[in-house]
Amino acid sequence: MIDELRWAVRDTVALTVRNLLNYVRVPEALFFSSVQPIMFVLLFRYVFGGAIHPTGYSYVDYLVPGIFVQTVAFGAVATSIGLAEDLQKGIIERFRALPMARSAVLAGRTVADLVRNVVVALLITAVGYAVGFRIQTNVLAFVAGIAVILLFAYGLSWGFALIGLSAPNSETAQVMSFPLLFPLTFASSAFVQVDTMPGWLQGFAAHQPFTIAVDAARALMLGGPTATLVWQTLAWTAGIIVVLAPLAVRRYRLST
Amino acid sequence: MPAAIEAHELTKTFKGGVRALDGVTFSVEAGTVFGLLGPNGAGKTTVVRILTTILRSDDGRALVLGHDVAKEPALVRTLFGLAGQYAAVDENLTGRENLRMIGRLNHMASKEVASRATQLLEDFQLSDAADRPLKTYSGGMRRRLDLAAALVARPSVLFLDEPTTGLDPQSRIGLWGVIEQLVAGGTTVLLTTQYLEEADRLASQIAVVDHGRLIAEGSPTQLKASLGATVLDIGLGDAAVAARAATVLHGVGGKDVHVTGGDLELPVNGGPGVAMEALRLLDQAGIVPTRFTLREPSLDDVFLSLTGKKAEGAEGASEVATA
Repeated sequence: MIDELRWAVRDTVALTVRNLLNYVRVPEALFFSSVQPIMFVLLFRYVFGGAIHPTGYSYVDYLVPGIFVQTVAFGAVATSIGLAEDLQKGIIERFRALPMARSAVLAGRTVADLVRNVVVALLITAVGYAVGFRIQTNVLAFVAGIAVILLFAYGLSWGFALIGLSAPNSETAQVMSFPLLFPLTFASSAFVQVDTMPGWLQGFAAHQPFTIAVDAARALMLGGPTATLVWQTLAWTAGIIVVLAPLAVRRYRLST
Repeated sequence: MPAAIEAHELTKTFKGGVRALDGVTFSVEAGTVFGLLGPNGAGKTTVVRILTTILRSDDGRALVLGHDVAKEPALVRTLFGLAGQYAAVDENLTGRENLRMIGRLNHMASKEVASRATQLLEDFQLSDAADRPLKTYSGGMRRRLDLAAALVARPSVLFLDEPTTGLDPQSRIGLWGVIEQLVAGGTTVLLTTQYLEEADRLASQIAVVDHGRLIAEGSPTQLKASLGATVLDIGLGDAAVAARAATVLHGVGGKDVHVTGGDLELPVNGGPGVAMEALRLLDQAGIVPTRFTLREPSLDDVFLSLTGKKAEGAEGASEVATA
């Protein structure tokens, strides 16, 4: 049992390394996936920002915690595309015929995305600072805010793994991901305050997990009561993993 | 000596009712090469996927080195290497990184992983390209790396699923040489192929597969003897002339004459002698062929003689089998 666990960890590390090398080896993809979050920061900071006046915050401060969540959520699409591609190209066939842990293919993919998100978080922090974002609490709380977002993103990766395994090919995996991603990202508190939305949308926007995760990160970075929001975010994350990870694993087993 | 690979009455029906395997039975003696020969969609890949634990059969039993693939899949996976027709390697990784990854996933010791990768790259003449991403490799180099990856853990049983399909003739001959060396080293190989020439050169025992069944089995010599050593291939322009020529040539060479449109094929044993006789008979009948050649029998000829019809690629079945 202990041995099995040790091998499962080793196999996951081997595949995490492989997936990360894949990101680094396609410089075009690496470049443009870094440009995209920067564009979002600039877009909301300088194009839309002038028209949005959240109560109690300067917009640039309000924006950056939202950008963190939006970026890791968009990044999670890479999980679905990557898995769909692996299935398509036949490399998963080879993995199935190896004496490796069955769980490592999915774990290696989601862990690789977690590592990538750490790098992305550093990038957003730097860009945020450059455009005027300032931590209103303290560095420790800010780091805690990022940690909460990274955990939340890890949960999302399992959902997108499920999409990737269900898609017939990588292009479709991408197309299938966005109808889920857009309402969750934009009908949330990431870019505007929920109470500016029409009443029928507020009910969804105020209670959906993206808003809770953004609010938790915002409270940790900018101040305000944190405990309930952080617990709620962690509960959502755990719930997503508990429900979707077994579904993804089942889907993986069946996808021959 | 117990068989290294055994398949007993394997059956598999895919979703949508495509019957990929319909009772396949064979056994492969340790240290020999067994060729599964058949057209696209015949069920060859399905057999390999069942034997390598990727797919479960609906019925029947399969053993690798005496272990049931359905009951002890984890153990069985430590016993064989697999090289597939899709060259399932990561094209963004270098050759060395691919081999190391496979070594780690085979649970080899870290130190051994590195030295084994270096050695295989050398054995397969890939040392110069070892640290280049695979996407810069030629088709032949990819197949060699794919084969090297199958050998990382030193398996004693090797499954090669159409190892040379899509390769140019020169790369194909190169890969044959590599496989021959492995066999000389005592590895048991199960090889699937669409090419009679490939099975003939590499395999000591061949089974011909069509529509999920084995329709013939034997050594290459036995199979070719049943067929005729060469094929007399005569083009006659139109069907009426071909039909007349078939009557004229009836009984020549002792085998059945096959007519397809304006073409006529005749499997023969005594090549040149029979060819001269055939020419003489055609000349007497006043028939002038547009083409007259003697050639090695192809997979099509094997099928023609075994089933009376040309090998047809059952495209639907092959798509399901590889989905």
